[in-house]
Amino acid sequence: MKINLAVSPGTTKDCKTGNWRVYYPLIDHEKCIACGTCARVCPEGCVFPVKDEKSKKIYFEKDLDYCKGCGICAEECLVKAITMELERR
Amino acid sequence: MTDKMLFNSLLNPGHSSCAGCGEILAMRHVLDAAGSNTIIVNATGCSEVTTSKFPTSSFKVPWIHANFENASAVAAGVWAALKTKRKILRGSSRFTSGLAPQDDKQKQAQDDKAGKINVMAWGGDGAFFDIGFGLLSGSWERGENILHVCFDNEAYMNTGVQASGATPFSANTTTTPPDTNSFGNELMKKDMIAIALAHRCVYAGTATIANVVDIENKVKKALTLAGPKYLQILVTCVPGWYTDAKDTIKIARLAQQTGVYPVVEFVNGELLDAVKCPVPRPKVEEYLKLQGRYKHLFKSDKGQVIIKKIQSMADENMEKYNLQ
Ligand SMILES: Cc1ncc(C[n+]2csc(CCOP(=O)(O)OP(=O)(O)O)c2C)c(N)n1
Ligand code: SF4
Ligand code: SF4
Ligand SMILES: [Mg+2]
Repeated sequence: MKINLAVSPGTTKDCKTGNWRVYYPLIDHEKCIACGTCARVCPEGCVFPVKDEKSKKIYFEKDLDYCKGCGICAEECLVKAITMELERR
Repeated sequence: MTDKMLFNSLLNPGHSSCAGCGEILAMRHVLDAAGSNTIIVNATGCSEVTTSKFPTSSFKVPWIHANFENASAVAAGVWAALKTKRKILRGSSRFTSGLAPQDDKQKQAQDDKAGKINVMAWGGDGAFFDIGFGLLSGSWERGENILHVCFDNEAYMNTGVQASGATPFSANTTTTPPDTNSFGNELMKKDMIAIALAHRCVYAGTATIANVVDIENKVKKALTLAGPKYLQILVTCVPGWYTDAKDTIKIARLAQQTGVYPVVEFVNGELLDAVKCPVPRPKVEEYLKLQGRYKHLFKSDKGQVIIKKIQSMADENMEKYNLQ
């Protein structure tokens, strides 16, 4: 009997872990200095830069499909631009 | 919010590590620093279990789950296969001619590629300090060109926090519970860096999850050196250390700043770098009090004696590596 145990790369992507969350990070785009600390320290790797088309300002945002609400990004943000808010579903 | 993430890391989300897991964070930075020309052999443990629930994988590079104990041995096989492949390619292109020039070029390109593939063996502290220790020692002894990365969360976390050879003195684990007459783990943490150096590893270093840029730099540097390599990264474990998820980075930072976990780098046996502690240096209490695994130390006068002992161990590290 042959069992194929190989799987396709990166496929955990289909598992949306966002529903684990109790609190979600709210990022203040005005305060954000786009240093990228939050993106580096997020265990999920789900924080990314966004460019505002009008003002050309770069700020960071999170992908709530994956964010588990650990709060590390808020804790480590150098300018305290992130606060954790209670998730309401 | 409109934009969604780009998935430009080699380790995708959707894995099942706990919220605030330090291990998965270290894994992502190690892999992204190594780049896509990498093969990973992973020992059993949280690093493997959380990223490979069948039929999915978080990895975008070739990755194989070995057993708990044999990641080093399977990596040795991968390394030997790549070496042989290179030999065959070389044998038929560079040294025996008779091939059409375009074939020759193609073979040459394949040969170059095979020579540049990084082989890494990954595992937890249980995998490298204890269970796979013999096979790790064997790989180092044979001088194989493999980077061994130990994600050190100081216990067997995946099976529910049993003490390992990496568990620090006096920590509470499910196999070293504190009681009226005991203060958690009675044994001292194994000095794996000294053991790696005794094997003549070309690279032996430590890092913590508090500085992910340092982790990336260390991985890149280690991979430029040919020979046996060891990198040990302190990674906070939320359920295993009984901590608040948001404190993952803060706790690892204090581990380095207090002198409890020296961050050092040895190349060819020589101490090249040791990260200095700030002045004034935080006391070990600041590190300990954020973690439930040390809670019992704050409940009695005897516990205070133990804390003093941990402080003196940190002070010894300061002396040993000149961290001030
Ligand atoms: C030979 C063997 N013994 C025991 C186990 C059960 N087991 C699976 S993971 C694990 C703990 C792993 O600890 P560690 O290597 O420190 O990794 P962590 O989960 O802490 O990241 C254990 C004991 C096993 N899979 N194989
Ligand atoms: S709360 Fe945690 S998981 Fe969510 S974006 Fe911040 S660091 Fe990432
Ligand atoms: S038990 Fe610890 S190491 Fe394992 S996934 Fe959870 S936080 Fe990470
Ligand atoms: Mg462990």
